[in-house]
Formats: sequence, structure tokens, C-alpha cells
Amino acid sequence: MRSPAIKTEIATEPGASHSFRLQGDWTLRALAPRLATLRAELGGAPTDARWLLDDVARLDSFGATLLWHAWGQRWPAAISVADELRQIIARVADSAVEPLPAAPPFTAVDAIIVLGRAMLSFRDHALDFIRLMGQLCLDVAYLLQHPRDWPLKEISANVYKVGLKATPVAALVGFLIGIVLSYLSALQLRAFGADIYIVNILGLGIVRELGPVLVSVLVAGRSGSAMTAQLGVMRVTEELDALSAMGISRTLRLVLPKVIALTLAMPLLVLWTSGVALLGGMVSAWMQLDLGMAFFIDRLPQVVPVSNLYIGFAKGAVFGLLIALVASHFGLRVRPNTESLSANTTASVVSSITIVILVDAVFAIATRSIGVPR
Amino acid sequence: MNGRPVIDMRGIVTRFGANVVHDGIDLSVTRGEVVALVGGSGTGKTTLLRHIIGLTRPAAGDVSIFGAPLFSGSINEQRTRRRRFGVLFQHGALFSALNVAENIGFPLRELRIASKDEIHNLVALKLAMVELEPATALLMPAELSGGMIKRVALARALALEPELLLLDEPTAGLDPDRSAAFVELVRSLQNQLGLTVVLVTHDVDTLAALATKIAVLADRRIVSYASLEETMEVDHPFIDRFFRGPHGRRALARSGGDH
Ligand SMILES: Nc1ncnc2c1ncn2[C@@H]1O[C@H](COP(=O)(O)OP(=O)(O)O)[C@@H](O)[C@H]1O
Ligand SMILES: [Mg+2]
Repeated sequence: MRSPAIKTEIATEPGASHSFRLQGDWTLRALAPRLATLRAELGGAPTDARWLLDDVARLDSFGATLLWHAWGQRWPAAISVADELRQIIARVADSAVEPLPAAPPFTAVDAIIVLGRAMLSFRDHALDFIRLMGQLCLDVAYLLQHPRDWPLKEISANVYKVGLKATPVAALVGFLIGIVLSYLSALQLRAFGADIYIVNILGLGIVRELGPVLVSVLVAGRSGSAMTAQLGVMRVTEELDALSAMGISRTLRLVLPKVIALTLAMPLLVLWTSGVALLGGMVSAWMQLDLGMAFFIDRLPQVVPVSNLYIGFAKGAVFGLLIALVASHFGLRVRPNTESLSANTTASVVSSITIVILVDAVFAIATRSIGVPR
Repeated sequence: MNGRPVIDMRGIVTRFGANVVHDGIDLSVTRGEVVALVGGSGTGKTTLLRHIIGLTRPAAGDVSIFGAPLFSGSINEQRTRRRRFGVLFQHGALFSALNVAENIGFPLRELRIASKDEIHNLVALKLAMVELEPATALLMPAELSGGMIKRVALARALALEPELLLLDEPTAGLDPDRSAAFVELVRSLQNQLGLTVVLVTHDVDTLAALATKIAVLADRRIVSYASLEETMEVDHPFIDRFFRGPHGRRALARSGGDH
């Protein structure tokens, strides 16, 4: 590899133009280290310069493009170049004539269109979501008539994945939240001498509210994103199309098992997490307030009506259903490219957490007279 | 630089679990050669190519390219070495989030040495080289046909003006016309720039028109590494089927006519 260089030959006679003699390899690799200087030298050449390319050892299309643009995209008036090199430059010149179609620039009209699209896309999402639910209902109706077609294996695999495998992390988070909650409440309660109300606070708070929401956030981040990504990658790799081509319903085979599995597993996960969180709270109460564990367990069913447990269960099931539906909805909307995959996975997690919290508020209003001792 | 082989593989052994794919492969490619790698499906042609690129490492053996071991030197040296070859993957491996023009311009943009206009110009040139309409520039990879994906991928492989071109089944999925045009393209590029080419192919037409040497991969080894004429003389069941089968004979007769 010979380093590229430009030798300027100053014209001696008046009226004659300077000559620029190019030497060495004019290839991407040879040019790259000295590009800034060479660009400056090329840019400094007068328009009527003579160009001598006879000493150029090698020229590739990058070198040719560099020269062509330095010449202002036209052949210099005086040039001496071998035919072979001239062809390379001519090819670059030809492709410069017809510019690539550029994406049209962004205008005010486009801004309005984008805004409008965003609004309509909301409608789109709603329609898609309703369609998905409708399809699932049809699938269930079909399965009721053809009980042999229940995708039991998929359901059980999904229960294992989203339920059992989530138990360690759910327990860890639950235990720590229980401890923190109990610790903070204990500090306040002791100031009022109302130590034993810790059982009411923890019992109601965790079983009715914190357990289901906490698990939902965990599951949305853990399993919801995985479901969206799985469906999305199946779109990218055309596996969804392959399923359709075999006449297998993607909702029945892919979506329904996830929805059923999460609806089944979530209440159990809520029970498990609430239990561990209460355990954490109990330990903390024992250490902080000297409240015996036996006393705690004894008092819990007295102050927390069992209907709270049912509400927790119901919330778990509904939240699980929603997370799976939202995850599948976004998964099926993925376009076959990685950008869309990441956008939809993000949207899936954010939407399902938002929806869970909204629905939780609805639950709070709807069940305000149930299971709260006054 | 002239005497040293561009690619030098010594004693390559590759295992996937209990499946031994390569068992002591030596392969040396000198500058300016066009080496065709042929072999049955699943004999490890792609895997061998991946060893050369440095995506996988063999269980034993050494790979050198451009006269230096693949993984020697500083990170910068390794990166520079990588930029000296262009790869056309078997399935194209275009970036699905970028359109055709962005895909082809991507390596150049990453180097940060060309201006926007120059990149534009070079992309148009590469598109013309692989005989695609300028209008394809704005399409996304998902909107391309299989053959178009191959051509865009080739254009991208050429973006950094490589000295060595690695092509994995470049003509598979192209119609015979396109395939012939592609072969012509590679040959002219190779003449112009003194490119060294290693290509995996099943296509006797491509091979007869392009290859200066043929490496036959069978029985986990290179059973023959020679010119087409010499390869034809080798007595091996695979070579028999590949070249002397009905299709092979027809293709060779055709290419014999126009040489
Ligand atoms: N990542 C991998 N893991 C396990 N086995 C592999 C992997 N990649 C390739 N193989 C095996 O190695 C063999 C060679 O594969 P490949 O190089 O793709 O063949 P081909 O010659 O058709 O390109 C095959 O038997 C394949 O199953
Ligand atoms: Mg292969």
C-alpha cells in the first residue's frame, strides 16, 4: 500500500495553469489516515488546474468519489488519466447524475398528519384489541365444542414459566416490601401507643392492595415483555406466517395459552407474594414492637375479613388477564423490523402497568363497601 | 504483501457437542484468487467462513488473514483488519430497521470519513453496481425479494472497498439471468481491484465461470484444492456427483463453450 499524495507543479510561464500530480494508492484504506490534509489540498486547487493522474497506482470508488466531489462534480478542463481510471471515475459520475430519491422533508402538513395518525392509532389499537378479544372468545367457543383441541401443554408450560419461575423474585420483593412497610408504620404507631394496629394496616394493605399491584408490576416487566418479544420475533422470522399457512390459529395456539396461564397463575402468585410480604412485616413487627408472631397470626383473621383475600384473588386474575392480553396485542402488532420490536415491547410493559393501575382504581371504588371494617 | 497468503488456515478442528464438523482443515488463499468452497449441505462451509470472519473460533487450529493471526494486535488493529474484508451472509443479514440506502451507507457513515454528498454518491454507485433501481433506496429490507436482499447485502459488503470478499451462497435464490450478471459483476470487480474472493456455492455455473481454485469440503476435510480441470480428475464420490451429475455436466459444457 503506497500512501496517496498530491504534488503541485507550479506553472512557470505566465497564463499557464498549475498542475496537480496525484501519486500512490487512492483507495479508502490508504486515504483514511491522511484524509483531512488531502481534502484541504484538493479543495485549495484552482478551477483551471491541470490534473495528472498517471502516477495513481490504484483507485477505488471511494477515491474516485472524493476526486469527483472535489472537482465540483464535473470533469476538469485539463486532465491526464489512463482509460481504466477514467472509467472508474465515469461510473461515479454517472451515479451522481441521478440522485437517489430522498425521503420527502418534514413539513407542517406532515406534523398535522402525524398528530392525526396518533389519534387514529388510538382507535386502531382499540379496534385491534377488541378484535383480539373477540377472536379469543371464538377460540374458546370452538374449544368448548372440540375439547380435544385444548392447548393443554402450552398452558401448563406457560403456567410454569410465568408462575413457578417467578416465585423466587416475587418472594424476595414481597419480603423486603413487607419489612419496610412494617418498619415505617411501627415507628408511627408507637408514637400513638397503637402498636397492635400494625396487624390491621399490614393485613389490609398487603392482602387487598399491595400484593396484587406489586405482583402485576413484576409480572408485566417479567412475563409481559417476554410474551410481546416472543410474538414479535415470530413475526420477524415469519414464524407467524408459517403458522397461518398451516391453517393453525395464532390466537388459539399462541395467545390463548398465555392468557389462560397468566389468569390462572397470577392469583396464586398474589397469594404467595402477599403471604411472604406478611411474613416480612411480621418479622419486622416482632423486632420493632415486640409483637409476638403467634399473636400476629391469631389477630390477622379477626381484623382482616376474608373477603379481602377474595378481592386480592379477583384482582390477581383480572390483572393477569389484562397483562397477557396487552402483551399479546402489542406482540402481534410488531412489524418485521427490530425498531418496531423494541417500540412495541416498551409500549406493552408501559401500557399494561398503566392499565393495571387504572383498573385497580376501579376496583377500589367498586369494592369500597366490602371487607373494610369501620 | 504479495507473497503472503490472504487467508491461511492450519489444522482447523470444529466441534458442536459430539458433532465433529471439521477435522484438520488446511486452506491457504493467495491474493487475487477466487476460491469456491463446495460441499454437501451441512458439511460446514458456513462455519468455515465464520471462522475466517472471526465470529466463531475453531476448537483447534489457527486462522490468519492478511498475514497476521485473526485475533492478534490491539483492538484498533483488529478492527482495521476486519474492515479489509466484506461479507455477504447467507441470508443477507440486512439491518431491518434501516432502509436500503442506509444499510449500504452504514459502514461508511460509521467510519466518519465521507461527507453526506459523497456517501449519497457512493450508495448510488453501489446500487448501480449490483443493478438495482435507484427507487429501491427507500425500501425497507422486509419489502425486498430474496434476490434483492442478496444484492443489497453485496452492495453493503462492497461499501468499504474490501480487499477480500467472502460470499456465502451469493447466487442461491437469484434467477439464472441475475446469477450470470452477478458472476460478471464479481469478476469485473475482481479484475479492477485485485479482489480476493472466497465464495460458497452449490451452483456449478457460478463456479465454472468464476473460480480459479475449488476447495471441496467432504468427510470433514478439504479433499481437493485445485483448479477446475484438476478437480475433475479427483476420484471422490462427492466430486463425482457434483461435477459429473447431469446438471454439472451440462453447466460445464456451457461454460466450456464461452471460455
Ligand atoms: N451454532 C451451532 N450449534 C450447533 N451446531 C451447529 C451450529 N452451527 C452449525 N452447526 C452444525 O454444523 C454443521 C455445518 O453447518 P453449516 O456450516 O451451516 O453447513 P453448510 O455447509 O450447509 O453451510 C451442521 O451439521 C450444523 O448442524
Ligand atoms: Mg451454509
